[in-house]
Amino acid sequence: MNAQQMGFGTRGDEFYEALMAAHDGLDEAQSHALNARLVLLLANWIGDVDALKRLLKAATDA
Amino acid sequence: MPAYSYDPQPFVRPPELDGGSTGAPVAIVGAGPIGLAMAVDLALHGVRCVVLDDNNVVSVGSRAICWAKRTLEIFDRLGVADRMLAKGVTWKVGRLFHGADEVYSFDLLPEDGHKFPAFINLQQYYVEQYLLERARDFPDLIDLRFVSQVTGHRATDAGVALDVVTPEGAYTLHADWLLACDGAGSDTRARMGLDFTGQTFEEQFLIADIEMDQSPFDQGTPERWFWFDPDFHPGKSALLHMQPDNLYRIDLQLDPGAGAKVEATEERVIPRIKAIVGDRPFRLDWLSVYKFRCIKLDRFVHGRVVFVGDSAHVVSPFGARGGNGGIQDVDNLGWKLAAVIRGDADAALVETYHEERSHGSAENILNSTRATNFMTPKTPIEALFRHETLRLAHGHPFARQLINSGRLSVPCSLAGLSLQTPGPAVGRAMTDAPVGNGWLLPLVQGRFTLVGFGDIALPDIGVARIGIGGPAQGYATHDDPQGYALQRYGTGVAHLVRPDGHIAATFHGTVDRGAAQTALARAMGKRCERVPA
Repeated sequence: MNAQQMGFGTRGDEFYEALMAAHDGLDEAQSHALNARLVLLLANWIGDVDALKRLLKAATDA
Repeated sequence: MPAYSYDPQPFVRPPELDGGSTGAPVAIVGAGPIGLAMAVDLALHGVRCVVLDDNNVVSVGSRAICWAKRTLEIFDRLGVADRMLAKGVTWKVGRLFHGADEVYSFDLLPEDGHKFPAFINLQQYYVEQYLLERARDFPDLIDLRFVSQVTGHRATDAGVALDVVTPEGAYTLHADWLLACDGAGSDTRARMGLDFTGQTFEEQFLIADIEMDQSPFDQGTPERWFWFDPDFHPGKSALLHMQPDNLYRIDLQLDPGAGAKVEATEERVIPRIKAIVGDRPFRLDWLSVYKFRCIKLDRFVHGRVVFVGDSAHVVSPFGARGGNGGIQDVDNLGWKLAAVIRGDADAALVETYHEERSHGSAENILNSTRATNFMTPKTPIEALFRHETLRLAHGHPFARQLINSGRLSVPCSLAGLSLQTPGPAVGRAMTDAPVGNGWLLPLVQGRFTLVGFGDIALPDIGVARIGIGGPAQGYATHDDPQGYALQRYGTGVAHLVRPDGHIAATFHGTVDRGAAQTALARAMGKRCERVPA
């Protein structure tokens, strides 16, 4: 997976809505914690550490 | 002085005030775009109606301005689309800005071979004017009654009785059906005490129409511009659209709780507009402040009272799903109601209007709610995600699909609903293509049609038959001059198309007569036995 890929098909809005819903009702600290857990879960799902390093760089450089 | 010159419609003394009656089976309440389109649609099916409106002029203010391709295809069937297209502003390119930078642009319809563009912009008052003039083509079928306020209605043994108040007295109008086309603030709905609550968004938007001779667009080509967090309106959204007559629509998001009376003043508005258009001279034509609501009725059909358009459902405006959704309601209801009134189908067919359009409006509400939520973050974390999505979108195309400034109206699919016979492509609205010397859609709309693509023979089941791009048959066939039709539909494929252009059934290779008859009966809401071939 690379950052150029259009990964959501026709369901991007549905994903974004679910992401916002996951944060609904959380305070700032709880949202930070949720985001941290989510990053770790996604990283494990991706698994490829070289790809993850490229994504970290893409996020840092954006 | 508004740019549009309003032509007051006369009050005509109706027969009911002198002891007579009209005998029209349908009463339409509201002569807006939905009520007028409904009247024309019914007239094309040979059904008489009375249209009642408390006012006597077309829409005050431009209001609905974006008309989608599917709506234009429906308006083509009603006979007004050529005028709309000639007058309207055609745009295809949308640009999205974040702060001072352009994030990306998109082209709505990069594909050739369609009669109508993806969208045109045209003020609601022109649409109503064209529909009104079209309605006057049917003096024996459409009875237009302006300055006629409906103050009450009730169910009767035969249908519905309406209390009507006019400058020359009050009367009771009897009809078999009442179509409530009386808009978001529907009095018909209020009288029936129907619950109409849903999500209301706290943010307010200000609409300003300005008349301006110099185009803000490169080489004057009209576009849709949307800004998140522009320098001229920090932290908020803004939208710019072009309309005919050198009118520009500007939408500005306001603070929650901003006073509408304070914001909708020239002192507040003019500096903001100058920040968008620079030094170009302009004149303010119309101002309005509104809040978003996303609501629909639980049921669109209540006995002999049917809710059509905004009286049944309201959506936030981003995505142009209000007016366009309402015209799809008309398209869906017209042929069904006509079939029931003619005695070709029973009232259960009208019930499927609720099934299908409630589904369509739920889809519109889902899309417009998502767009509104993206545009108006409720919490700091929502604002953070949106900001970073916009930031990533500059260099990472994937993030652009998450940016939601309104998902523009496309026809909903009716797949899986009761009138359709399951199969590939079933439920979709037919896609246009050049055929013969004209276009495909006018050939397949307005009545049930079997249409075959390539080498496939169509049996006679009592509906129109059209062959495209195949051998000569015992019915009308047209060639596929540019190859678009067979490319879009395949070859050896046939569809049973409903009068509203949606596909009711699909056949591959051959069309079995009995199967086609069964599909037709199903599409008419009948549960009949299969007729032997």
